[in-house]
Amino acid sequence: MNNSGSAFLIEKSRQIRKLTMDSIGKLGVGHVGGCLSVVEALVVLYYKEMNIDPENPGMEGRDRFVLSKGHAGPALYSVLADKGYFDVCLLDTLNRPETSLPSHCDMLKTRGIDMTAGSLGQGFSCAVGMAKGSKIKKDNATIYTIVGDGESQEGQIWEAAMFASQQRLNNLIGFTDYNKLQIDGSVEEVNGLDPLDLKWRAFGWNAIVVKDGHDVEEISAAISEAKKSDEKPTMIILNTIKGKGVKFAENAGAASHNMPVTEEQRLQALKELE
Amino acid sequence: MYENMEMRQVFAGELERIMQEDERVVCIDADLARANGTLGLRSKFPDRAFDVGVAEQNMASVAAGLAAYGFIPFIGSFTPFATRRICDQVAISIAYAKRNVKIVGSDPGISAELNGGTHMSMEDIGVLRSIPGMVIFEPVDGMQMAKAMPELIKYDGPVYIRLFRKPAPAVFGEDYEFDLFKADVIKEGGDVSIFASGIMVAHAARACEILKGKGIQAELINIHTIKPIDREAVVNSVRKTGAAVTCENHNIIGGLKSAVCEVLSEDCPAPVKAVGVNDHFGEVAKTDYLLKKYKMTAEDIVEAAFEVIKKKGEG
Repeated sequence: MNNSGSAFLIEKSRQIRKLTMDSIGKLGVGHVGGCLSVVEALVVLYYKEMNIDPENPGMEGRDRFVLSKGHAGPALYSVLADKGYFDVCLLDTLNRPETSLPSHCDMLKTRGIDMTAGSLGQGFSCAVGMAKGSKIKKDNATIYTIVGDGESQEGQIWEAAMFASQQRLNNLIGFTDYNKLQIDGSVEEVNGLDPLDLKWRAFGWNAIVVKDGHDVEEISAAISEAKKSDEKPTMIILNTIKGKGVKFAENAGAASHNMPVTEEQRLQALKELE
Repeated sequence: MYENMEMRQVFAGELERIMQEDERVVCIDADLARANGTLGLRSKFPDRAFDVGVAEQNMASVAAGLAAYGFIPFIGSFTPFATRRICDQVAISIAYAKRNVKIVGSDPGISAELNGGTHMSMEDIGVLRSIPGMVIFEPVDGMQMAKAMPELIKYDGPVYIRLFRKPAPAVFGEDYEFDLFKADVIKEGGDVSIFASGIMVAHAARACEILKGKGIQAELINIHTIKPIDREAVVNSVRKTGAAVTCENHNIIGGLKSAVCEVLSEDCPAPVKAVGVNDHFGEVAKTDYLLKKYKMTAEDIVEAAFEVIKKKGEG
């Protein structure tokens, strides 16, 4: 199988979902919904797009990734483990005392994590700082980041958006995990973002809307398009499903943000993902 | 050599020298470069000196991202906007992630003068002191600021520099040896310890002269680094004198007084009196006026010294 072809990426996404549900399920609680909604984006980045070396996580000039919605850490840990940044067995320590895999991403604890995140809005600015750093160093790196839709209600996101376009950071590619649900309800009910693509364009960014944020080909095509930008940073809006691929999570709606997972549900999820 | 120079000029001059030598150093402002003296760096370092506009939260996290990329960013604003406004960004993007970012807050406390209460940070030290890993440094004069700069670069971690912008009376001479983590004994004495920071050092020095005329030998110690405080210097002095006065251009809750008392209550209990802003906001006025109104003059320090000396042995 071509190890960056669509069939490979689809299969990899299935495996990453399984690892993620297994690790959260063994713990019994976690940010299930927002982990499952970003799987394809993570897989396309880590298995196809990014210039990285799991043997040398600090490699100079590498591409970087900031998971600004830091609560989706468990999905990223599954990817990093599968890529060989650390032993897959470590996933069983997820969010337990003394773990190197805390609920939210921590660059000081986890091999392969480029930036700490968890207080929403901040990781996105950090990614902007990295993109500026890459421009200063002229190392030709691309900086990727994923923000949540609820997270996009933070004022800091828009401060950073203005600055990134002002600085012509075309080496910055962001993704919005637009699953339309946040803790207190639907995004539209709580504090709506639409028209989100027009907002990003108004802030001086390219905006690419990916109709199906779980379609690896569509995500890849959007990234290729973003890489052609000669001045503007690009925001790729991924229309996703919170809890994608696991019935009880999809059915939970907004409650899937951070939910208990029984042993029965864990086994059921793994079965669904076979 | 720095007597007639504004502190911001000293800071910006040293920063320029360091930026010439060290390509990792970056200067970021939030539309106050003109006020903070760093605007001139833009033409010299077009890549590494830039503005984020009036967006301090973004500035703090962008700096953390740059630090994660191997840079040493200096970020600047007025003290309230460099601290309380961006407390969470400083706590998480910078301190929690242990990023090597230097935060420069200018016009501390009453020195904001005509900008008034909204711009007078009486709580910035308190806000940052409770964040693990923050180093808090408040320079006294141009010499101390200049000598501190290489040390600040050498120290790999977040530092808050509480910078008085205007010219400050010279306290330290050419032969001054600076240690970021060691307090400076400016004058020795056995009757009362006076711990002072920032602009209050000059007033405390004058208080020592007045006390001397009244037969009291005060020991004057400059606590330039309020966190981590030089515990040894505090304890050694009070063990000798048995009483202390703290002098700070800050709320007496959360700043120097709190830091000194935290040490003394554990290692050397003694009467302490604070001279500083007594838990209220600021207002528009010149510094000299506010020093009098808020009871922060040399005479107030003298009175506080007599009060604690009287209390010695009472407990």
